[in-house]
Amino acid sequence: MPMHELPYHQPDAHGHFGRYGGSFVAETLKPALDELLAAYADAQRDPAFRAEFEYDLKHYVGRPSPIYHAKRWSKLLGGAQIYLKREDLNHTGAHKVNNCIGQALLARRMGKPRVIAETGAGQHGVATATVAARYGMECCVYMGSEDIKRQAANVYRMKLLGATVVPVNSGSKTLKDALNEAMRDWVTNVGNTFYIIGTVAGPHPYPMLVRDFQTVIGTECLTQMPELAGRQPDAVIACVGGGSNAMGIFYSYIPKTDVRLIGVEAAGFGLATGKHAAPLTANSPVGVLHGNRTYLMQDENGQIIETHSISAGLDYPGVGPEHAWLKDSGRAEYVAVTDDEALAAFHALCRLEGIIPALESSHALAYAAKIAPSMSSDKLLLVNLSGRGDKDMHTVAEKSGIQF
Amino acid sequence: MSRIAKTFETLRGQGRKALIPFITAGDPDPDMTLPLMQALVEGGADIIELGVPFSDPMADGPTIQRASERALQHGMSLRGVLGIVSAFRRENGNTPVVLMGYANPIEAYGTDVFARDAQAAGVDGVLVVDYPPEECVEFSASLRDHDLDPIFLLAPTSTEQRYSEVAALGSGYLYYVSLKGVTGAGHLDFDEVARRIPVIREKVGMPVGVGFGIRDAASARRIAQVADAVVIGSRIIEEIENSPRDEGPARVRAFLREIRMALDSKSGRGFEEKP
Repeated sequence: MPMHELPYHQPDAHGHFGRYGGSFVAETLKPALDELLAAYADAQRDPAFRAEFEYDLKHYVGRPSPIYHAKRWSKLLGGAQIYLKREDLNHTGAHKVNNCIGQALLARRMGKPRVIAETGAGQHGVATATVAARYGMECCVYMGSEDIKRQAANVYRMKLLGATVVPVNSGSKTLKDALNEAMRDWVTNVGNTFYIIGTVAGPHPYPMLVRDFQTVIGTECLTQMPELAGRQPDAVIACVGGGSNAMGIFYSYIPKTDVRLIGVEAAGFGLATGKHAAPLTANSPVGVLHGNRTYLMQDENGQIIETHSISAGLDYPGVGPEHAWLKDSGRAEYVAVTDDEALAAFHALCRLEGIIPALESSHALAYAAKIAPSMSSDKLLLVNLSGRGDKDMHTVAEKSGIQF
Repeated sequence: MSRIAKTFETLRGQGRKALIPFITAGDPDPDMTLPLMQALVEGGADIIELGVPFSDPMADGPTIQRASERALQHGMSLRGVLGIVSAFRRENGNTPVVLMGYANPIEAYGTDVFARDAQAAGVDGVLVVDYPPEECVEFSASLRDHDLDPIFLLAPTSTEQRYSEVAALGSGYLYYVSLKGVTGAGHLDFDEVARRIPVIREKVGMPVGVGFGIRDAASARRIAQVADAVVIGSRIIEEIENSPRDEGPARVRAFLREIRMALDSKSGRGFEEKP
């Protein structure tokens, strides 16, 4: 696996990225995590596992995904050249499927016939339901009832693919509550069930293994950028909710210290309003949630607070522990853009490039649009276009006062 | 000797098993917690486990999550919980109180400050559900510095290696989760419990309490045949949930008395220990 070739060794043996990460779970889950860690280590040593993963990425997902030079948009912005890593062209329409294939292959290897997942926007749920159908596994997806309302089309897609979608009505009825519920299912059915976590959060080894399965994104960019643009980019930009697409594209660039890594969080209605989902940018206190230590949006009593973002996939109070570590170490920068800025970038890409981006990815696009004009035209920005926006039609239409 | 150790020693002398009820502090509202704790003592509680409400109680089932949500709606906080324990201690100097909750409210409070304030309030033990031993070395030391017992969980899936880790860090008693799943779940495998408890007790060298899935006098008595303590949580929360506010304490007292009588009855029928 690529991590062994790099002069960057995170996490440590116990899943710590500096002070972040770790394995903060009830004893009931601990043996399951140990079993997963052992199975993953074993799979990493097996060339056949790697080969099957790569085969399915190529023939089922359609990798490598291309990089596209957004010339018209770059010209209009009048500065740096913007390149898009087209994860939106993957089968299922987002980067999520890379990780799902990796974890489903692990599940099969471990003899677990049932997979479960949590989902926010529905992208990870759809990707999980897809691979479950592909490998003939039973699939159950937990989704906050608020998100089910926001993402009806994805709910239907999951059902078409044969998955059971379980609405979660506890707490804020969003992604974090779906994660709680999936954990409960796992702890109860751990014998036959594999929990496919969709992002680089959760207890060790999830942040590491999700990152490893997503690293293909950045690895492809390393060869594609010189071919297309003649050199590596000056900055790599990706949106960060839990942070899996960002870790996927950042990871291979971490040793290339002349490439800026910029993670874009959701500022929602604005950081000052408190209605956002940007724990890194807002310097939220560090705490423990969902099995890892990280920056967390919480009140003064340590209760997790409700977040807001127009994009369900970024609407999460924590962030993957490796991002927390990259922030503190200074290797990556974290910024936030508002709902309105993300929407403006969404529309710009639709009109100028004929690409409908996911609202999540629109946050990364918005930040590129913010900094490009002040940069010279020979500067290169590589944006991870992590998903397509078909799922967001309803949200965008509603914002524009249009009813279907 | 700690209040918890003393409690188990006394019970052992009497040939009795400990009854450990759990309620969530602040449920149904903060003013009811002290009367409920007193009712638990009157009903025969030997130790009280007091839940510190958390917004994301991952290891709990729907019943305790609802209790947490009710408590948080009424503004319950860790500081508030310590205030309740102080008030309880002014009237009761004997019954140990164990706080049970999740890491984040304690980290937000500050782990060392918490240990100091918990000791001052009269807390006896602390169980942090999402602090497994490997993430709890410093915190356990901090608790012990303040004469607080770090309580740990073991599960049916735990390996013997983990028994030793828990033995090294924990004191007071060990909480054995009697089934795979979350709090309040349905069925209990008595044979499994009967097989595991003696092994665990010998390895950890402290009393073993069993919880998760104990819902009535019969199941409590069967568990008490092999365990040193019986922990009951969700079933009591249901009692509180289904009672008019002012009748909660009386109902809880009556429910617990039934369990107490079952535990203390000498007949002990209904459970056969397998070799």
